[in-house]
Amino acid sequence: MANFERFNPIPILKGLYTTFHSTFFEPVVTVQYPEEKRPVSKRFRGRHHLRRYDNGLEKCIGCALCAAACPADAIFVEASENNDDVRFSPGERYASTYEINMMRCIFCGYCEDACPTQAIELGDQYELSFTERVQAIYTRDMLLDTVDELEKATPRKVEPGAFDRSIPMMENPD
Amino acid sequence: MNETLAFILEWVIKGAVLIAILLTGFAYTTYFERRFLARIQIRVGPNRAGPFGLLQPVADGIKLIFKEEVEPAEAYRFAFLLAPVMTMVPAVVIMAVIPWGDKVVMFGREIALAVTDLNVGVLYLLSIASISVYGIVLAGWSSNNKYAMMGGIRSTAQMISYELALGLSFVPPILLAGSLSMSEIIQGQQSSAWYIVYAPLAAIVCFIALLAEVNRAPFDMVEAEQELVAGYVTEYSGMKFALFFMGEYIKMAAVSAIFATMFLGGFDGPGVDTYAWLGPIYLFLKIFGLLGLMIWIRATLPRLRYDRLMAFGWKVLIPIALLNVFITAALIVGLGI
Repeated sequence: MANFERFNPIPILKGLYTTFHSTFFEPVVTVQYPEEKRPVSKRFRGRHHLRRYDNGLEKCIGCALCAAACPADAIFVEASENNDDVRFSPGERYASTYEINMMRCIFCGYCEDACPTQAIELGDQYELSFTERVQAIYTRDMLLDTVDELEKATPRKVEPGAFDRSIPMMENPD
Repeated sequence: MNETLAFILEWVIKGAVLIAILLTGFAYTTYFERRFLARIQIRVGPNRAGPFGLLQPVADGIKLIFKEEVEPAEAYRFAFLLAPVMTMVPAVVIMAVIPWGDKVVMFGREIALAVTDLNVGVLYLLSIASISVYGIVLAGWSSNNKYAMMGGIRSTAQMISYELALGLSFVPPILLAGSLSMSEIIQGQQSSAWYIVYAPLAAIVCFIALLAEVNRAPFDMVEAEQELVAGYVTEYSGMKFALFFMGEYIKMAAVSAIFATMFLGGFDGPGVDTYAWLGPIYLFLKIFGLLGLMIWIRATLPRLRYDRLMAFGWKVLIPIALLNVFITAALIVGLGI
């Protein structure tokens, strides 16, 4: 009969109380995902963005340092010349092709660190699923921030000599 | 001649209705379990398919029907195919002796709301309930898989130890009612009080033994995931797996009905004498409550260690059940209940 103390019912009743309490007095913790999303952390590394200056010119100067820094070789950059009549970005060159293969990207953020103009930044978007391989390649048009006013769009004609430096004086270092 | 025909028809209809209720009830038992278990674990549970996820069992069923049936190469085919049937059929058949209500008048006939009323109903229950263990053992053995085999062996050991306690815990209601017939046990409870009042200890022993009988947590040694993959169902897939699943859940409902009948007055409840149709509703509510209790226990208690399980069965449950038989007998003789 020494076995009776091994089967003490009190802990069982305590356990039943715990589950009873959780059933009726604790709110559900589930996040109903597609309808309801949890905020990501401040330093979350999601999909890339190519940023613009306040005046609408593209920050990217097509130097391809991001492509060099990329450990997964996910970035392809091709630069072209631009001038005051057809201006995309300050300085001589701009990225005429900018592609990131999201299937290769490991979201390490090295491109962000390598960028001399802080043109590329990793955002907070993480829903990157594809049904075809080509959809995984994000092109320049998809990555570039949109402009809110028409006169800020690129390419555009600017006053001569105002945007000669590729890396400006960092007046707007965001 | 006409009377005989009507009698046969009545039986067939009652049987068909019972089976239909059990099969749909099975689907929604799984739904109920998943939702309730989720709520206990502060989750939501399946809520996507249909309103409140009510179509989830349908989706699961369709998925299982279209799944490929895989059969191990070295399996003993006949036994492998027979095992799911052996588990499933007793679970359905067991409900036959449980009365769902008193007599009602329909189509000018007085119809008893029970498929049949055996005068040895309790013995029938005990014997049929034990048959499904053969299915489990057969499944375990014929799969030619060590985990399945161990699950099957565990189930035999477990059944033997808990069947005794179960049988003994049925004795107090039988003594109190003076009959082995389910309907007379219910009548006995209607005329006095529910037998859980007279024999609370027997009710507890019975409930624990029934949990072990249907292999529910904390007695789910037979399909202990962490140790045995999935126990005796390891090698089963598709509809054969679904049959085991069905058998298990229908048996859950069946043992709840047995417990309700033996200790909670079966279909008894306020107003059931005047409105016989309240009987099935009361029985359903009792079954529902007992299923909820089983799920609650599953969500709470960890699985027993195998030797503890045996020790508990032999050294605790059976002495208590025996003691309870003596106490009840003494009460009946002494107080003349």
